[in-house]
Order: sequence, then structure tokens, then C-alpha cells
Amino acid sequence: MPRMTMIEAIRSAIDIAMERDRRVVVFGEDVGYFGGVFRCTAGLQQKYGRTRCFDTPISELGIVGTAIGMAAYGLKPCVEVQFADYVYPAYDQIVSEAARIRYRSNGQFTCPIVIRMPSGGGIFGGQTHSQSPEALFTHVCGLKVVVPSNPRDAKGLLIAAIDDPDPVIFFEPKRLYNGPFDGHHERPVTPWSRHPLGEVDAGHFTVPLGKAEVRRKGDSVTVLAYGTMVYVAEAAAEETGIDAEIIDLRTLLPLDLDCIVESVRKTGRCVVVHEATLTSGFGAELAALVQEHCFYHLEAPVGRVTGWDTPYPHAQEWDYFPGPARVGEALVRAMEA
Amino acid sequence: MDDFPPLSLHVPEPEVRPGGTPDFSNVPIPRAGSVPRPPVDVDPRDIRDLAFSIIRVLNREGEAVGPWSGLLCDEELLEGLRHMMTLRAFDARMLMAQRQGKTSFYMQHMGEEAVSCAFRKALEPGDMNFPTYRQAGLLIAGGYPMVDMMNQIFSNEADPLKGRQLPIMYSSKEHGFFSISGNLGTQFVQAVGWAMASAISNDTRIAAGWIGDGSTAESDFHAALVFASTYRAPVVLNIVNNQWAISTFQGIARGGSGTFAARGLGFGIPALRVDGNDYLAVYAVARWAVERARRNLGPTLIEYVTYRVGAHSTSDDPSAYRPKDESEAWPLGDPVIRLKNHLVRRGAWSEERHRQAEAEVMDSVIAAQKEAEKHGTLHSGGKPSVRDMFEGVYAEMPPHLRRQRHQAGV
Repeated sequence: MPRMTMIEAIRSAIDIAMERDRRVVVFGEDVGYFGGVFRCTAGLQQKYGRTRCFDTPISELGIVGTAIGMAAYGLKPCVEVQFADYVYPAYDQIVSEAARIRYRSNGQFTCPIVIRMPSGGGIFGGQTHSQSPEALFTHVCGLKVVVPSNPRDAKGLLIAAIDDPDPVIFFEPKRLYNGPFDGHHERPVTPWSRHPLGEVDAGHFTVPLGKAEVRRKGDSVTVLAYGTMVYVAEAAAEETGIDAEIIDLRTLLPLDLDCIVESVRKTGRCVVVHEATLTSGFGAELAALVQEHCFYHLEAPVGRVTGWDTPYPHAQEWDYFPGPARVGEALVRAMEA
Repeated sequence: MDDFPPLSLHVPEPEVRPGGTPDFSNVPIPRAGSVPRPPVDVDPRDIRDLAFSIIRVLNREGEAVGPWSGLLCDEELLEGLRHMMTLRAFDARMLMAQRQGKTSFYMQHMGEEAVSCAFRKALEPGDMNFPTYRQAGLLIAGGYPMVDMMNQIFSNEADPLKGRQLPIMYSSKEHGFFSISGNLGTQFVQAVGWAMASAISNDTRIAAGWIGDGSTAESDFHAALVFASTYRAPVVLNIVNNQWAISTFQGIARGGSGTFAARGLGFGIPALRVDGNDYLAVYAVARWAVERARRNLGPTLIEYVTYRVGAHSTSDDPSAYRPKDESEAWPLGDPVIRLKNHLVRRGAWSEERHRQAEAEVMDSVIAAQKEAEKHGTLHSGGKPSVRDMFEGVYAEMPPHLRRQRHQAGV
């Protein structure tokens, strides 16, 4: 089986979707001729022509707004917002339009679009290239929100997202593009070519939306994570020696609640981790669901480890990022409670 | 530097407020027939002055004159008159229904009937409009059943949108009418996307975007013009300038640009201003723009100069911000009366037949209303089911919504 980076896996997914379905069109800033600033669409314009893969003006509102119109026509746009930090000009189009068109038109018009965007920090991107705004989208009914953590899932989830009849916000943790970064910024990252999840089928396959996966089996405490934090949690479990069960949520909306509940009822403890800020973050929803569905199985308060409630800083990147030490402390606290 | 006086902020104000005498002497109205009709493949740079004039066909005597006239025969004009009269009667009945508590909200078209009714006539089946809330003439002139419109307004058991949308936020894919959002401006850029999709698919269908004078200030308007210009999208971009955005006069959104049409010039988009109360002029300009789009010549921006005679909606009282008799002073007259007078002058119509037609039209609206009310009104009779509230958020209901529906006991 070929080995791919997450970038190659994403490109392969889009390539296969375009090959299989003429309705799939791809566009965004620097996406066409150049192939995207992270190279996720490299070669696609050459292969499919300028009318199916093209550059756009710098207008996230325009990118998403035209994509919605195209979807109403019957195409299946898969668009790129260059950084998740830049999505806000398109927010009204996503929240008030894409998410509600099926509902408000009683299915006469639908909005099968995918909005891909690199998210998360760890690249010294400062406040404008590091954000994780997933909670701003998980709050919106009508959207699906996906965050893959490895090349295999990225490809399978992206093909599933493009196939999906409803709008999907597809976050790509950019720190994972080249390897499973575990928060240990002081040492080199293992490339995906040497990681089992870097083995990716070259052909068509899907990973279903709405299904989590247990990344590490354990009996002592359940860690709910997604994206980069899956590897940070793995490192924390190894370093503390705590037998944590780590769940990679993969899709935040709709959420695989069954998988979470089954695990927490088994372990009796739960720590939620994400890179986004704490207050009203997705972790709040997870903690609420866990207490609602697992209250009588809990041996400890549900812990949360997240980015601080500050803008993403530049020089203090590693003081902000919730690395393995902070996650480890939360695991210890959960065990000692 | 000491020579400069302190800065002060300019906040535009309309000429007249309540209590004053309406005055439109500052609105220059060119003579009917005086604006040239360029070929559809004209270089936009050669018709910049069309963004500052007003294309008019019907003169004060009710004659159709000039290069934009002569496109419609008697029967077509009579049909157009009937569409406008139907829309006006429909509005009158639904306003009354709102006051009777049969619906929560209504928005009328009084004075603006020609814009949507005549534009619809220039389209072909399969073309798609992305309308605002004041283009119901697209539906009436497109043959969409009035009963279905009323079912939507009454949010009753036969509401095609199952009670999910505010009254008058219609949707009919089959009739080329995209779901009205209610958020302003968003649909303008979606129309450009739809048109781009048609071009990508080597189709022959075109799109039409609609926006009001006030909402041109939204970023969506700017994005729409950029994308339409860049990709030469087969789209007609319509600005309905009815002078008032709720209580805010058009000068607040227009700023120093002279006209709304002029906004197209910087994008290299042909921009035309047209008398929005002149059915023949609206049709002629719409047909010109539609042909441009269909010939793959790209977008056209049209500003319809008209006047919102009624309140913004049933929740608005215009006497609080403009003179009560301002609409009577509006220099472009009433679209229904102007077309009627023209048809009378052509010998195709008479005052007597007009009165008869008014009665017939009202009868047909009342009959439709009776039919719709059999299915219920907002607070009485048949209603969409509560179960429907949970349907259609997604193609397939996700587990958390199934749990919530169960919790709601439906």
C-alpha cells in the first residue's frame, strides 16, 4: 500500500472525487495554477482544466457564496479557505445560508459543499494562522464538522464529505500535514512514511462521517480528542504510564456519542482535550454530554485541557499549546480524584 | 497646519421629512425615448453614461417611443398588465389577511409591480432568480399558483415549506425562484455562483440576482460584482432602488457614487439605469441583459429607479420618517396606470375593460384565498406537523436530532 503525507492523502481524495464525478469543482485562493499554499490541490488544474479547478479573488465570502449558488445549480463544490483564521468573512454565508437552505426550501434546494481549511497551531503562525474555530461551526444546525488526524482518515473522510448531501466544514490540522506531531516541539516529528496511518489505499474508499475511532485501548480514563491532540494525548499516556483510552472523535457534528458513552462507562473517568480556547469550546459540549449520559459511572470530575482564553500568541506558542505535560497532569488529576 | 479648521462628519439627510413638502426636483428625469440602445456586445466603456441616465419608453402621453420600444405586442402587454394587477390585488388581500391575524407578517409591492413582472417575461424556462422579498411578480408572472403562495403565507398544512419560513419567503425551484433568505444581500453572490455553474456545465441557462438599494452596502454585493466580472458569469444583477431601506433613505447606502448603477463601472460591468415604473422599459432592458448573458458576453448591472409606495412591511409605519404624500409626488408615476394608459392609447384596452378586469382579478385572488384557507391560517385550522420541525435539517436525521424529537414527544 502506498504511503502518503496528509497533504498527499487530501490531494488523492480530491483527485478521486473529481475523476468519479464531473460535478465536483475545486476553487479558492492560490488553489488553481499553483495548487494551494499547502499544495493540497497541486496538479489538479493541469489534470481537470481551469473550469473545474481555479483561482479566486481574495474573498472568502465570494468563495463560499458562489459555492452555495453552484450547489443550488447541482454541482458539488469542494472549496478551500486558505486558513481557518480567514473564514469569518464567509461566516454569514455558511451559517445563514449553506446550513439552512435544505430546511428553509423543504429540500427543493440543497447545499452539498465542502469547505476545507487548515486549522490549529504549532507552526509559529501567530494569531492569524493558528486558530481552531470548530466550536463556531458545531453550534450551527445543518452543518457537519470533520477533523481528521491522519492521512488515511483524511482521505476517507474527505471523499465521504464530498459525497455527502449536506455542507461539511473540513478542518485540516496543519501541524499534522507532514507527521503525527505529539506536542514535543523540541524533537523532530516522525514522518507519515514511517507511521502505520500513513499507509493509504491509492484508490477510492470512505471513512464514514459521524463515527469515532478508539486510537488507544485503555481501562483507566477516557480521553476525548481530535486532530493534533490525539497524538499529544498518546504521548501523555505513555509518559505518565496511565492506561488511558484515547478516542479520536474524527467527526464533531454529528458526534459519535455511543462510542464516548461506552468508553466512559467502562473507565469512569474522562478528560477532554482540544487546542481551541476553553470557554464555550467544543469541550464544554463534550463534558455536558458525558455528565448527562455517564453521571453515575463517573469517579472524577470531567477534566478539560485546552488552549488558554487568549488570542493565539506568537512567541509564547508552546506556553499556549496544550502539550503532553498539561494533558498528563490532567490525567493524573483524574486518576487521583 | 494651524490653518485647518476642525474636521466634521458628513451624515446625509433626505431632502424632506414628515411635515415637509415632497420635492423630487433634484431627481433628473430624461425624456422617454432619449437614451440610445447599444448592441448587446458593446464595450462597457462606451456606455458609461447609461449608468447615470434613466432608460424610459412610455412618455407622459402614454406613447411608447425611442430605440427601446416596439418589443411587445398587444397580447403580451395585456398579459403583463394582468400580472401587475394580480400582484396588486394579491397584496391588498394579504395585507388585510395579516390585519385579520391570519398571518404574522406581510410585505407588499405597491409601486414596484413592473420590476419583477416585466423582468420575468424576459427569462426562459430553466433560468434561475435569486430574489429578495419584494419580487413576488416573478412567481405571479411565472405561473406559480397563488394558492401555494397563500399556503406559505398562512403557514398552513399545505404550506410547501412546512411552516419553517417567515411568510412571503417563498421557494420554487420549478419556477426558477430560489429560496428567499431574509438575510439581506446573501443571494446576490449565490446568483453569480449559479451562473458560473451553468457556464462550467456548458449549459444555456442563466441566473438573475436581486438586491435592494440599501443592501448594496453589504459585502455580498461587492463580492458578487468581483466574481461576476472576473469569470464573466452569465448573470443579470438587478438593483431595485425604491428610495427607502425601511426608514433609511437611499443616500445612506449610495454615498457619493451618484447612482447605484455606477457601482458596476469600476468592475467593467455594463451598467444601466431604467425607469422601474415603466413596464416596457423594464422588459426592454431585461431582455438586453438576458441576451448578453445568454450569448456568454457576461454580467449586466441594472438599477431600477422606482418608489416604495407602501410601508416596508406590516411592521413598519413610513409616516414616521417621510411625508405621507411623498409617493404622489414621485415623478415616475404608477406602473399599472401607465401601462393601462398606453394600452388604451393603442386601442387595445379601455377604462371600462380595465374596471372589469380589476373585478375579475380580485375574484380570482379571493377564490385562491378561499381555497388556501381551507388548509388553515396561522392560528386556526390545519397546521404543519411539529414532527416536520425536526425533518430536513439534514438529508438524513442524525442521532442527536432523533433523540431531541423523541424528547419533544413527536
